[in-house]
Amino acid sequence: MDNLKPTFSEGGKLGFLASTFDAFETFLFVPNTTTVRGAHIRDCNDMKRTMIMVVLALMPAFLFGCFNTGSQVGLEGFQAFFYGLVRVLPMVCVSYIVGLAIEFYFAQVRGHEVNEGFLVTGLLIPMIFPVSTPLWMVGLSTAFAVVFGKEVFGGTGMNVFNPALLARAFAFFAYTPSMSGETVWYSNWTMMGAQVDGATGATALENLATTGSLGFSPLDAFLGFIPGSFGETSTLAILIGGAILLVTGIASWRTMISVFVGGLAMGYLFQLTGVTEYPAWWHLIVGGFAFGAVFMATDPVTSAQTDTGKYIVGLMTGALAVLIRVVNPAYPEGMMLSILFMNALAPLVDYYVVEANIARRNKRGVKLAK
Amino acid sequence: MSSKNLKYLTGPFSVNNPVIVQILGICSALAVTVQLKPAIVMALSVTVVTGFANLVMSLLRNGVPSRIRIIVQLVVIAALVILVDQVLKAYVYEVSKQLSVYVGLIITNCIVMGRVEAFALGNKPWPAFLDGLGNGLGYGIILIVVAFFRELFGSGSLLGYPVVPESWYAANGGWYSNCGLMLFPPMALIIVGAIIWVHRSRNKDLQEK
Repeated sequence: MDNLKPTFSEGGKLGFLASTFDAFETFLFVPNTTTVRGAHIRDCNDMKRTMIMVVLALMPAFLFGCFNTGSQVGLEGFQAFFYGLVRVLPMVCVSYIVGLAIEFYFAQVRGHEVNEGFLVTGLLIPMIFPVSTPLWMVGLSTAFAVVFGKEVFGGTGMNVFNPALLARAFAFFAYTPSMSGETVWYSNWTMMGAQVDGATGATALENLATTGSLGFSPLDAFLGFIPGSFGETSTLAILIGGAILLVTGIASWRTMISVFVGGLAMGYLFQLTGVTEYPAWWHLIVGGFAFGAVFMATDPVTSAQTDTGKYIVGLMTGALAVLIRVVNPAYPEGMMLSILFMNALAPLVDYYVVEANIARRNKRGVKLAK
Repeated sequence: MSSKNLKYLTGPFSVNNPVIVQILGICSALAVTVQLKPAIVMALSVTVVTGFANLVMSLLRNGVPSRIRIIVQLVVIAALVILVDQVLKAYVYEVSKQLSVYVGLIITNCIVMGRVEAFALGNKPWPAFLDGLGNGLGYGIILIVVAFFRELFGSGSLLGYPVVPESWYAANGGWYSNCGLMLFPPMALIIVGAIIWVHRSRNKDLQEK
């Protein structure tokens, strides 16, 4: 690796690939540069490590998703897990290859370092798509999200919208038949005796919207043995991941808690006014609510930056998601739309929180001066 | 045609384009570009209106007191738009129905009045006419490019003729499906954005610092 380095640095034969080389080098090895002066932060929790921790936190939901994909087509035990794994790996590969190719290309053209932001996005994308989504749709949605959601704003850390959710939103509006309905939640591969024929059925969310009952036992919905997008069915697995994120201090507990509180409050409001008849907490265990609250709403880039702002944005995200679910019959799932919407509003909320703080402190100053 | 006059005509095609450089006339670019055919008709209509509005106003420019110039401009433009509307209704009724109110709304298209105000009132009739035609065509080019992509990827056809083979579609055992997002107006905005992106990266002096 060190022998190769001069070839890729400035003036070298392949100097124009410097940032690609740098990305691989820092990915594989610990950089051998040290800070010489000034204060040192001993435990440097850099972006690479943050991203790896998020990927780790996604693992419980991912592994369960594999198992559930298989069990939804009638397989059991290890076979079910293996079936799901084989089913989802191509999606993961496509999402990573397309996304990273675009990231590397833009980093190269702009002469930036390649960022690790896509490590998480690339895994999130397959987890929020139905398992039967054609691979080219996954690829196209990823490309759209990375180019128009991220690179046009200046790359990792500059994006207004969560790229993974943007990919899903693109696919949802562009290829609606492949993203919603009764059949898409089941894998359509015949393999290892999977009973694909006749494997259809509404998701718990659609049942809620149309009949007002889950169609599954709440325990099943909590554990995740229900049809749905790949990684979002099991609230339990998601909460384990959420715990990892909170313990390592990567995700903000303020956002996470307030999304759940907001959703619950809105659910109770509907229950009290008689709009819905089922218990409010059902909202939290079906569909993408938990997944969105834990992994999407807490995205440090697109969420609010101030503490008060995090409470406000979180509450509104949860409340809006339930509002869309209940009131708008065209969208049984409101989580995606509500998070994207609040992504757009987060800077505004931050702005007013900061302004309010300045006004408050100014007032205090005036009082002291008197 | 002198080279200066030629510049009035061709300038708006690229470096002075009304849509992608001056960001005018965006609303109709979103509304009429779902299919190629209405977009072409719209492009021609706007070209006729901008060209003749500029010509007429340039002829009248010394006789119109500047305090009432806006209302005079409106009368001229409105008369031209009504003419265009009637011609469309007479010869291409189907397309005219598809365009519905957007033909009438040419009156409010910022490009028309913008060119009259900024150019025709201070220039001789011939350059003013060329400038109007150029701006109408510059607007039309963008409209047609946007409509091309939206119809091709959104409906799988061009000018109403299917381009994507039938056997590709999922209904016939294929793998392809049309991009429904292309039929929504937001996608037109994204395509216009992409065109601006390409255009600015080719014309470096247009890039803002």
